[in-house]
Amino acid sequence: MAAGRDFKPKLVGFLCNWCCYAGADLAGVSRFQYPDNIRIIRLMCSGRVDPEFVIRAFARGADGVFIGGCWLGECHYVTEGNYDAMSMMHLCRWLLEKVGIEPQRLRLEWVSASEGIRFSEVVADFTRQLQAWGPLGRGEGIDAEILALRLEAVRRLLPFVKLVERERLRVRFRTEQEYQEYFHSAETRRLLEELVAERLQLSQLAVLLERQPRTLAELAGQLRQSPAQVSRHLNLSLQQGLVKYDEDGHRYALA
Amino acid sequence: MDTEAFDKPGSGDFADVLVLGGGISGIQAALDLANSGFRVYLVERSPTIGGKMAQLDKTFPTNDCSMCIESPKFIECDRHPNIEILTYTELDDVAGEAGDFTVTLTKKARYIDESKCTGCTTCVEYCPVTVPDPFNQNLSGNKAVHIYFSQAVPLVPYIDDNCLYLQDKKCSICVGVCSNQAIDLHQKPQQVKLQVGAIVLSPGYEVFDPARRGDYGYGAYPNVVTSLDFERLLCSTGPHEGEILRPSDKRHPRKIAWIHCVGSRQVTPGGNGYCSAVCCSYIQKQVILAKDHDADIEAVIFHNDIRSYGKDFERFYQRAANLSGVRFVRSYVTVGREIPDSHNVTIRYSTTDRGVQEEEFDLVVLGVGLNPPRGARQLADKLGIELEEHGFCKTNPANPIETTRPGVFVSGAFRGPLDIPESVMTASGASALSGQLLAYRRGKLARQRVYPPERDVSGEEPRVGVFVCHCGANIGRVVNVPEVVRYAAGLENVAHAEEGLFICSTDAAQQIANTIRDKKLNRVVVAACTPRTHEPLFRDTLREGGINQYFFDMANIREHCSWVHAKQKEEATCKAKDLVRMSVARTRHLEPLQEFDLPVHKATLVVGGGVAGMTAALSLAGQGFEVHLVEKETELGGMARRLHYTLEGLDVQAYLRELVARVYRQQLIHVYHGARITDASGYVGNFITTVESEGRRTRIHHGATILATGAGEYRPTEYLYGQDQRVLTQLELEERIAAGDQSLAGLRSLVMIQCVGSRTPERNYCSRICCSQALKNALKLKELNPGLELCILFRDMRSYGFREDYYRLAAEREVKFVRWEPEQAPQVEAVTEEGRELLRVSVFDAVLGQRLALDAELLVLSAGVVPAADSQELTHQFKVPLNPDGFFQEAHVKLRPVDFAAEGVFLCGINHYPKHVTETVGQAYGAAGRALTLLTHDTITASGAVCVVKEDLCISCGACISACTYGAIEFRDTDRGRKAMVNPVLCKGDGLCNAKCPTNAIVLKHFTNEEVFAQIDACLAPDAESGAAAGG
Repeated sequence: MAAGRDFKPKLVGFLCNWCCYAGADLAGVSRFQYPDNIRIIRLMCSGRVDPEFVIRAFARGADGVFIGGCWLGECHYVTEGNYDAMSMMHLCRWLLEKVGIEPQRLRLEWVSASEGIRFSEVVADFTRQLQAWGPLGRGEGIDAEILALRLEAVRRLLPFVKLVERERLRVRFRTEQEYQEYFHSAETRRLLEELVAERLQLSQLAVLLERQPRTLAELAGQLRQSPAQVSRHLNLSLQQGLVKYDEDGHRYALA
Repeated sequence: MDTEAFDKPGSGDFADVLVLGGGISGIQAALDLANSGFRVYLVERSPTIGGKMAQLDKTFPTNDCSMCIESPKFIECDRHPNIEILTYTELDDVAGEAGDFTVTLTKKARYIDESKCTGCTTCVEYCPVTVPDPFNQNLSGNKAVHIYFSQAVPLVPYIDDNCLYLQDKKCSICVGVCSNQAIDLHQKPQQVKLQVGAIVLSPGYEVFDPARRGDYGYGAYPNVVTSLDFERLLCSTGPHEGEILRPSDKRHPRKIAWIHCVGSRQVTPGGNGYCSAVCCSYIQKQVILAKDHDADIEAVIFHNDIRSYGKDFERFYQRAANLSGVRFVRSYVTVGREIPDSHNVTIRYSTTDRGVQEEEFDLVVLGVGLNPPRGARQLADKLGIELEEHGFCKTNPANPIETTRPGVFVSGAFRGPLDIPESVMTASGASALSGQLLAYRRGKLARQRVYPPERDVSGEEPRVGVFVCHCGANIGRVVNVPEVVRYAAGLENVAHAEEGLFICSTDAAQQIANTIRDKKLNRVVVAACTPRTHEPLFRDTLREGGINQYFFDMANIREHCSWVHAKQKEEATCKAKDLVRMSVARTRHLEPLQEFDLPVHKATLVVGGGVAGMTAALSLAGQGFEVHLVEKETELGGMARRLHYTLEGLDVQAYLRELVARVYRQQLIHVYHGARITDASGYVGNFITTVESEGRRTRIHHGATILATGAGEYRPTEYLYGQDQRVLTQLELEERIAAGDQSLAGLRSLVMIQCVGSRTPERNYCSRICCSQALKNALKLKELNPGLELCILFRDMRSYGFREDYYRLAAEREVKFVRWEPEQAPQVEAVTEEGRELLRVSVFDAVLGQRLALDAELLVLSAGVVPAADSQELTHQFKVPLNPDGFFQEAHVKLRPVDFAAEGVFLCGINHYPKHVTETVGQAYGAAGRALTLLTHDTITASGAVCVVKEDLCISCGACISACTYGAIEFRDTDRGRKAMVNPVLCKGDGLCNAKCPTNAIVLKHFTNEEVFAQIDACLAPDAESGAAAGG
């Protein structure tokens, strides 16, 4: 959906203290002008960015989330958290994609302390992109309530995603390209589908039912899924004792 | 001023070191000395410390705000328990000898009792006399009683000679209005005698005064100003609040000319023969800033050689030159006349393509050079030191910090024209050398800072104080500060909100401390500049206010707001409110954290056994600290092994032999030859590095690390190098000269080509040393063989500073200089003519406008300096960055030139940037001086922002443990099973483990989820009263 000309995207930036924040400072010192949309939160390392920060920012209405760290190999810490930030970014993007949100609304960039100009360019470029995509949700054609529901479902799943990451997806490559390829490989995608996708559906069901018991038709409507799909997830949840069925009202409710 | 809270030395007359001159160099020397266990007198003749740097608007090549980066150091000096500042004080006499000097000083009458004055400036308000303001270069007025500038230390006025009472005893209004009886119009100068062990001279420089000769109409034409005048015109605290208005009619100039080399590179009477070394870059800075103020300004820069010889200067020059409406014109000029009505000034110049022209300008800026400080001759006599021929301080040819009198050291521009980083490096170096002299008495007089007890606020509701800074006009011109204050005052939990002109000034910081106490604040938000430079200062203020220093947050409304949204005042104000709201939301969740002490291993690892590494090692070992010196080659010496003499005549090999011998004699230095670092870990005070040397592997425990790894020589691929043995590099030529190669004496013609491998698209930097190298070798060859036809093909001769003398000498010895442009680089072919085998160099002479063909029997290439091949590996091992050119990136270009951002790691020598041997020595002492501020302490304080585990949430999955490569987390058995536990000593506070923990059981203090959530929520709060949430 094309955005209105007046649309000013809201952009939250998480910057590491040592490189990107310093780069943003240098942009200021050098008076490189850039759009005023971004609000910056300083962290010590891009590896500190918890996926929950990202999801929370979107849930609170950010149209874009920016993470800025040191170039690979230049992390201030022995932990080299910027590599982990990349894994985290790819996982978050996959989750966003799964709930129908443009994954590129989350952007990770490396900006060194001496790259003031790069910081201003990257922010300007991201802002332009976000403008083109339109407001979060509306740009994707998802209404606000459903968007909130989906993001809440994602949020609840994050502890599990962290476990999956640790057990199955903990990788350490040298280049961005390798991360890109790994997280987009058929193998990784299959793994994520198998381990996470289903749970995400269940998580959405749970969030919906938490608010009030609903019929199958209502659920299907809310989730924008076929009754058959929803029914399958409900059966799973019934088996696991997460959901109960109220025969009289023909409604499902949380157990 | 409330100074009871900390323990200053009283009016005692005994200290370790006296630092004479309170500019940036003196300040740095005083701080480094005071931080390494010495007591210091910092003596300054003007009414405040700060020096010339305080008058500058911005600093090249980063355009950092000069006052903003310097003033935190004023406060640090002011608050330091081991520094006593004596301003408005002149030196009378120095008696005694190294280790035991008696210094006599006169404290001039400032007619203000410093102990009674509160800096309220009521007297200034009432004073009826307006006098020219020296801080603003007399371009604006001030009162006869005034504070030198807003951030002055001490923040106390002084009374000018134009005072009506001092002149005719006519007026004493100020005495009447001062409620503290601080004004004493009968004050007399006071003589004081002090005992010190060493003296550091940092009296700085004076700018060249063009009024004496009336250069370019200065003094006669109002619209001809000096570059220092222009610096004040640019500055937001300047005569017109940062508006560039020309003197004659206070109108915005549309067309400005800058003239280079005013008073410099001149052998005419009244001029200086040397190059002032800083003007090329400061003029480029002024051009960039002027265009920044007003993009429509037309700028013309009349220059000679452009000497962009420093780190990142070349790019800075390109940045200025590429601006629209900016013309760099290579021409000598004369000022023609002043146009009567407009007061515009005409300039006559000539270019090769268009001949002599005359052009009219609204304003002319003279790029004035640097002179020795006022009264240098008398100062030298009182000190018993010698001056060199230009009137600057004479130094040891091998050590730029030693004067001719033992125990008296020099730092900064008193040694000759140099820029801020070198002033700072040599200041740290002077501290190291004073330390070598006085090591036996270190710590005997020094005292610790005492803070008031910390208030327990655990039972209190958050009471946030918000302080919003105008930063002169830096913020206030864009952001509506009063509106932000009003907005902040209405936020939940905000108990106090106020604005300030410069919140970083000493009195403002003191006010904050008082407000914390008076208003029972328990959280503080400062909305100003970046926490990366100012957070330590304000944390300290919180400690003085009696609350935990972690109850603090900064909203960066300058670098991230007013400076980058300069044209969008409304949006910037809105953003500033958002940032303040986010900070306030965050501070509500902040917790008091305790810092703890870590032991410091007193040994130092020096990587690189060249001149830089050996010098630093000897300085440290000379003060009783163990050094592990690691050299990758089998022999010490590094690049200097290929050097034989310097331009100034130092015998490098003899010097090097001495240095190496001293290293081997020094029992505290352990040398590792043929060594390789296989592993490096640890952190400041506690590094562990594994070194493999001659088949042995050693684990070294050290507290500090100095990287002095050197650089390489560019191996040319151009001009037949490697194909024709008559093509050499300067180093190869030098080796031949030193070896007494007889064939050189018989040469008839020789050509040198400059900038080989430097100033190219691949290596967009100047290698700094090659011009001097060429001059040095050319002069040697001319000595051997006066009849030699010697031609140097150059782009800009960059013989900066006193090296200019040798450039002139070479021209006198009939060395020919031909300038070429990069688009028309010289071409070389091997030819045979009349049976002689020659190299034919053809070059387009940009001055003559024609192509020359030069025959040469030998062609010498000034090959540039390239970063060492192993720098990349070291960056990984020691967690330090490289700049885009591959040289190490220091913590701050201007003020932390030998520190890395990684604490406890320092650098020196040509791995930082190409430099001459003496410059390397100065920087090596600087690195030693900085390392000493760490090594002289038994413990260092570690941050309280480390991780902790909430055991009830821990599911012992181990995700945090596998993420932490510092090994700071391990399992331990508890009553409730196995739980992760953090060793806070090893935790570095990056917080990666937090992002990995599935149950949020591990918490990075000061960056907790709750704190970050609060920021996110506040940032995007839809009901925000700022008129709109982020961006909306």
